[in-house]
Amino acid sequence: MSPAIRKLLPYVNRYRRAFVLGFVCVVSTTTFQLLGPWVLKYAIDDLYRGVTQRKLILYAGLLVGVSLVRGLFLFLMRRIIIAASRDIEYDIRNDFFRRLEQQPLGYYQARRTGDLMSRATNDLNAVRMMIGPAVMYSASTILVFLVAIVLMVSIDLRLTLIALIPLPFVTISVRYFGTAIHKRFEQIQAQLSEVSAVVQEALSGVRVVRAYRQEAHETERFSRANQEYLRRNRVLIRLQGAFFPSMTLFLGFGSMLVLWLGSRDVIHGKITLGEFVAFNGYLVMLAWPMIAFGWVTNMLQRGLASWGRMLEVLEHQPAISDAGVTAAGRGAALDGAVEFHHLTFTYPGADRPVLADVSLRIEPGQTVAFVGGTGSGKSTLINLLPRMHEPPPGTVTIGGVDIREIPLERLRGAIGFVPQEPFLFSDTIGDNVAFGDRKKDTKEAKDTKERVSAAAAVARLDKDIADFPRGFETMVGERGITLSGGQKQRTALARAVMVDPKILILDDALSAVDTYTEEEILSRLRGVMRARTSILVSHRISTVRDADQIFVLDDGRVAERGTHAQLVGRDGLYAAMYKKQLLEEELQAS
Amino acid sequence: MSLHDDDVVGKAYDARLMRRLLEYLRPYSAPAALALAAIIANSMLQLAQPYLMKVAIDRYIPAGDLSGVNRIALWYVLILLTGFCLEFTQTWLLQNTGQRIMFDMRMQIYRHLQRLDLRFYDRNPVGRLMTRVTTDVDVINDLFTSGVVSVFGDVFTLAGIMIVMLTMNWKLALVAFAVLPLIVVVTQWFRRNVRESYRTVRRLIARINAYLQEHITGMPTVQLFRREARAFERFEAINQEHRVANVESIFYYAVFYPAIEIVGALAAALTIWYGGRSVLAGTLTLGSLVAFLLYSQRFFRPISDMSEKFNILQAAMASSERIFKLLDEPVSIESPAGTAKPSRRSATSEGTEREGGHIVFDHVWFAYNPTEAGEPDYVLRDVSFEVKPGERVGIVGATGAGKSTLINLLLRFYDVTRGRILVDGVDVREMDLAALRSLFSLVLQDVHLFTGTIAENIRLGAAEITDDRVRAAATAVHADAFVSRLPGAYAAPVAERGATLSVGQKQLLSFARALAFDPRILVLDEATSSVDTETEILIRDALHVLMSGRTTIAIAHRLSTIQDMDKILVLHKARLREMGTHQELLALRGLYYKLYQLQYKDQEGKDTKEAKDTKELTKELTKELLGSQNLP
Repeated sequence: MSPAIRKLLPYVNRYRRAFVLGFVCVVSTTTFQLLGPWVLKYAIDDLYRGVTQRKLILYAGLLVGVSLVRGLFLFLMRRIIIAASRDIEYDIRNDFFRRLEQQPLGYYQARRTGDLMSRATNDLNAVRMMIGPAVMYSASTILVFLVAIVLMVSIDLRLTLIALIPLPFVTISVRYFGTAIHKRFEQIQAQLSEVSAVVQEALSGVRVVRAYRQEAHETERFSRANQEYLRRNRVLIRLQGAFFPSMTLFLGFGSMLVLWLGSRDVIHGKITLGEFVAFNGYLVMLAWPMIAFGWVTNMLQRGLASWGRMLEVLEHQPAISDAGVTAAGRGAALDGAVEFHHLTFTYPGADRPVLADVSLRIEPGQTVAFVGGTGSGKSTLINLLPRMHEPPPGTVTIGGVDIREIPLERLRGAIGFVPQEPFLFSDTIGDNVAFGDRKKDTKEAKDTKERVSAAAAVARLDKDIADFPRGFETMVGERGITLSGGQKQRTALARAVMVDPKILILDDALSAVDTYTEEEILSRLRGVMRARTSILVSHRISTVRDADQIFVLDDGRVAERGTHAQLVGRDGLYAAMYKKQLLEEELQAS
Repeated sequence: MSLHDDDVVGKAYDARLMRRLLEYLRPYSAPAALALAAIIANSMLQLAQPYLMKVAIDRYIPAGDLSGVNRIALWYVLILLTGFCLEFTQTWLLQNTGQRIMFDMRMQIYRHLQRLDLRFYDRNPVGRLMTRVTTDVDVINDLFTSGVVSVFGDVFTLAGIMIVMLTMNWKLALVAFAVLPLIVVVTQWFRRNVRESYRTVRRLIARINAYLQEHITGMPTVQLFRREARAFERFEAINQEHRVANVESIFYYAVFYPAIEIVGALAAALTIWYGGRSVLAGTLTLGSLVAFLLYSQRFFRPISDMSEKFNILQAAMASSERIFKLLDEPVSIESPAGTAKPSRRSATSEGTEREGGHIVFDHVWFAYNPTEAGEPDYVLRDVSFEVKPGERVGIVGATGAGKSTLINLLLRFYDVTRGRILVDGVDVREMDLAALRSLFSLVLQDVHLFTGTIAENIRLGAAEITDDRVRAAATAVHADAFVSRLPGAYAAPVAERGATLSVGQKQLLSFARALAFDPRILVLDEATSSVDTETEILIRDALHVLMSGRTTIAIAHRLSTIQDMDKILVLHKARLREMGTHQELLALRGLYYKLYQLQYKDQEGKDTKEAKDTKELTKELTKELLGSQNLP
């Protein structure tokens, strides 16, 4: 058994009762299915010899009775096995989501959302088809096949062997066509992505195409790709066109042989007419398993490949976890004293560090600011604090304890983070503000509304809310109101304030807010964040000028540090930035 | 109206859509008719097998007629072979026609996309449009290959069986048909319920995917706010709903299939009972009874098949609705009727004196969303200026000041809301679109490259641009040097979106493209992205080559590029605020002056050497870098 399948067993095991019951149903339904022709056999033989009408009613009743019982088991079989496969799908999907929740930022940066989505949808579906329908059909076809042959042999061995003559042809051609069709199919899929690529290119470059009047040329290019797609499809059609009729042909030859030689046997008295009819009935039943064989193996193969792709996600151990937690970390006073000790940080796979030998200390209750150009390492630095990326051991401490020793839950609970491009969920504004709220589940929950309002007021979101038709109940996103950049940022700020953090981090979080409102927000924040630590990252001098300490980062190093007054006097990077912004303000005002 | 309703679960059958779909079949009416004939013939042939059985049982077996049995076997072989041919013909013709229709449909959609204006593209993301061209069309293909058409076959089989049974023994046939109302009831029940539960399942799977997609994208936020447990709870709740809905739909299927079988068995039982009595009474032969039993077996298979086709039909209807909606999207920017298409300028015009290239913006107002209620959000307000032939004009202004919009209007990607734009004295709306655009070469910030060779990316589809001209253009803008170093030089393949080329190299290629088309007017949106100093110098020099002797309109981000331009326009908050030469504008001490200072500071901070005297330095370095290459 392949290791991949072994990893599927725990899921299946949970529903083993269903599967055992399901197999009992498969066996029963198959048995009763095979009884049908047997009843016919007696009926025909009796009719041939002449029989009473009472017996006819018995046979008719038997036929209905057998099919009723078979129907019941057929119903149960589908109900039990397919439902179990849905249960397993449910379990796997939950595990998939739970695993994704454990993966750190780096995991998502290295992968495309579309790829993860396709595993959660297409692959999961293929896996479900494998454990549901594929298992059910293969069990029932194998059974039908075996039992029908036994019954056929009991009628006549020679005739059975003759009837089975097409079998090798069927199997061989299923395999031959199966492989060939699969190959063509892949070629078609490849050409389809080629077609998509041409469309994508032409549509995303629509301005160039139009400006250089290339509409006809692009149409020609598309036409060529489309032609090739057509051509490959026609090759497949030829194969498919030959495949299904040849199945009919092979199976038909079987029937023909039985009809021909069987009638001769009846004439010679080797078998009865009833046996002859029953034999034909079984032959019809055999046709399906012979064809289904190829179909089911295909389903199994696809399911297995998909399961492998799902395992890649399910078994990927998260790079950032609570593995290093210590007693000291559990008990550490997260008072907001943050320290970086000779921190050098390189992204996995990169050849240059983004941060080089950064050492600094933030006292509890201080407001500090980081400034610097794009790529200077500001964002990386503050993302290390809530361990969105993993700092090297011992380089980042809070309250004197290495953050890697603090449980993630505790660490992140102490931090309110407002990212540069805030991500809001398609939910009400109120729920978005209360996103990180933990008091919801406790007895303090009743004042949630007030606390949401208070947090919104700090972020100056209150005025906007008042303008929304449904206030805090207004939906955000596709089916609701589309927020402006500034409104989004302020919602994200309110969300961070709401968790009542020991450390508040603003990653250039007010860039889309006008300076006047920003001033208001900062002054309100000062009230809320008294005795707590605030970390600001900004391009704007106006945002950082009142900070207790300002760090200027340049190419991953702390180039300058001090207060606004000190730095302006120094005539370095900070002073240059300051002058430039004064000019810009002037320009904006004109 | 945007094509947003990706999740439409439409009706299973819509006569209006179906009629329109059938229009596509028209060019292929001959093969389609042939395929239909093959289907009908094949379903008739299917009826022969039970009949042969009957003949064998009635006539030859009781009589012990071995040669009769042989004849029957021979007939059987003949029928099999004919059936094989018919089925092959039918599959081949049908699928082929389906594929050709798909081809036509794709071409039609694509051609339409090539005509729709940019406003449409603003509203519809490329991904969605791609789905129309690829997936949606494929779904309709299912309709032809396995959906509707095989239903035809099923219907004929059913009708044929009924006719044969009625002719063999109408009384027994009617007794067997007594179960038909039951079939109707079961099928109706199934269809009604399955449609409902199919919708529910579709809706829930869409919700699961939306939730998943949202949380994969927003996972960092979830983690920062320690929402993992609650996010999971909600996911589990939707997942659970989905499971329940699915188990419900399993119920309908689980009932339907056995029910149809039981009804079938009922028919067989009636046949045995009533037919058996007839056999005993001598009014029916035993062979007919057996044939009846075989026929009724074949009777119920198509019925359960047909119910399965239901989903295919439903999906195809939804897809065709989306496709038709796209095709019905009106084309708003077109060449006016009656403008003669001017003959293309000959390829030999290179080097000759270019004439024309006179541009006038006459009180132009523009908003991207003019139809919305209230005061439109104008991106340009009352902008007027003139560019004389051969003049070089720079446009400066902050992001969002409306600079790119000027270009979009000039090339008529959009039509002005108010006012007019004249090129060589003619309103652009009155010119043939191709003629208008052939006056320009457009160089955009983000260089768009196509998969193909370097040469193909320079000449695009213009076959009249010879290899020599491609090379000459590339050489003139200093692209030849790096192109020659590529394996295969001009025949070197460009990877998707030019991934293997540097930003600067892509810039130079786009210059070569612009030059190769030798336009009267050059329209340039200068790239903002920073490149290394060497490339910067090459680009700057290439720009000079490109602009020489042409009317040029350049959106400039570096003021150094446009200092020596004939005229500089300063756009600020949708209005044209200042206009003049570099010196005039500096003297004005207005917006331009401030912008200039800002840039100057920027450069000072970055590279003092460069800021000192850019021009001098550029010349020096250019010489040094280009070495042997001839400087214009």
